[in-house]
Amino acid sequence: MSFYDEIGANKRKSYLLIFFFFGVVVCLGLLLGLLYGNSYGGLLVAAIVGVVYFLFSYYAGSSAILAMSRAKEATKPEYTQLINAVESLAIAAGLPMPKVYVIDDSALNAFATGRDPKHASITVTTGLLQKMNKLELEGVLAHEMSHIKNFDIRVMMLAAVMVGLTVLLSDFILRSFLWGGKGGNREHNQLSIIFIVLGLVLAILAPLVGELIKLAISRKREFLADASGAMLTRYPQGLADALQKIKGDPDPLVDTANKATAHLFISTPFRKKKGTSFLQNLFSTHPPLEERIRKLKGM
Amino acid sequence: MVSTTVWIVIAAVVVLFLIYLYNSLIRLRMRVNNAWSQIDVQLKRRYDLIPNLIEAVKGYMKHEKGVLENVTKMRASLVSGTMQDKAKASNQITEALKSIFAVAESYPQLKASENFKQLQEELSGTESKIAYARQFYNDSVMEYNQAIQVFPKNIFAKLFAFHQREFFETKGKERENVKVSF
Repeated sequence: MSFYDEIGANKRKSYLLIFFFFGVVVCLGLLLGLLYGNSYGGLLVAAIVGVVYFLFSYYAGSSAILAMSRAKEATKPEYTQLINAVESLAIAAGLPMPKVYVIDDSALNAFATGRDPKHASITVTTGLLQKMNKLELEGVLAHEMSHIKNFDIRVMMLAAVMVGLTVLLSDFILRSFLWGGKGGNREHNQLSIIFIVLGLVLAILAPLVGELIKLAISRKREFLADASGAMLTRYPQGLADALQKIKGDPDPLVDTANKATAHLFISTPFRKKKGTSFLQNLFSTHPPLEERIRKLKGM
Repeated sequence: MVSTTVWIVIAAVVVLFLIYLYNSLIRLRMRVNNAWSQIDVQLKRRYDLIPNLIEAVKGYMKHEKGVLENVTKMRASLVSGTMQDKAKASNQITEALKSIFAVAESYPQLKASENFKQLQEELSGTESKIAYARQFYNDSVMEYNQAIQVFPKNIFAKLFAFHQREFFETKGKERENVKVSF
């Protein structure tokens, strides 16, 4: 698959994600409306919320993610090496210079976000800056630069922010359903009961489906970003060494990472569990590091 | 009547296809030009940094005057002349700067100076940017040169004077391209 195909596929996935999200929000709105006896009102509110939230996540999603991760913008005297390295790789990829941010955390991790290469940013932890040598740092940054170039950042940002909201919304519905059930002064006909059951199933399923989408979009693209990162530096060993160091990191927990942002990072920002079962592998947002290192060494 | 319509549709499709081909060539050529200006920006940056470096080391390196003069002389050819001249000058300067930094190792006072350290960082950053800009330029040239040689784009290339472009050559070992398989 060429990178241009990949970019096209990512843009399509972004639309699909927006469509899916919109559908879920409208269904949830209908359900809320039925609960309160005004289905049109519910639909209207849901449509407005959906549009507003889409606009918010598209234009301010990366700022929200950066704020959530408590990332600070890196400036020149202090982070000259980092900024120089990002500049070099932006030139190598033929992209405009992204913004550079730093998270004050001892874990070794990094992520890229934004809606397109012109509005993109790369964030690294201070731990990464301290423990990686120049070649390893370039390897990691090239991986992130590839996420920017391939438009992975747009899909992943939308997934992070929209899935975050869907979870929040369905949580809200589940709760209001419980309260609404206790009131009992509204009359429900059979149709609305079916709708409520459907909506309830949806409310339970929405976060799950959202999680699965995130997994599907993030695991394969880690391999792809590794490969195209190696194309940028022409030195796969750098990223392989960096991943080796990340693998040996005794404390990979990034304090400010959460479930909505985990898939953005180059490596899972949570504590490792001992032994990986099939199920854990299925629900992990990242492919195993060993496999990525092996592929890089085989280039 | 029907056949006229068919012909019109066919002609329209052909014209659209030709426009698409032409635009794709234009895009590739623009990328080559952009890539070249990236190299130029970095060469200019290095050109601007060299006098500062000379100024910083002059006081220490009294015995290596020849090296410094050499760099100053070569510096001029960085921003003028053909691409080949620039490529050649750029390679020579890279070597000369390396030798200045190697010599600096034996001057502990110089090495400790904040100004020198900053200059070294800036110059090595610029050095790697030049290398990456060259890589991007050469990749773009390769893609462009390929495009104007394959049928049917080669007809356009002849018609609208799309010429082959030169690579920004380097002496010494070039970093090898990696094999990527999915």
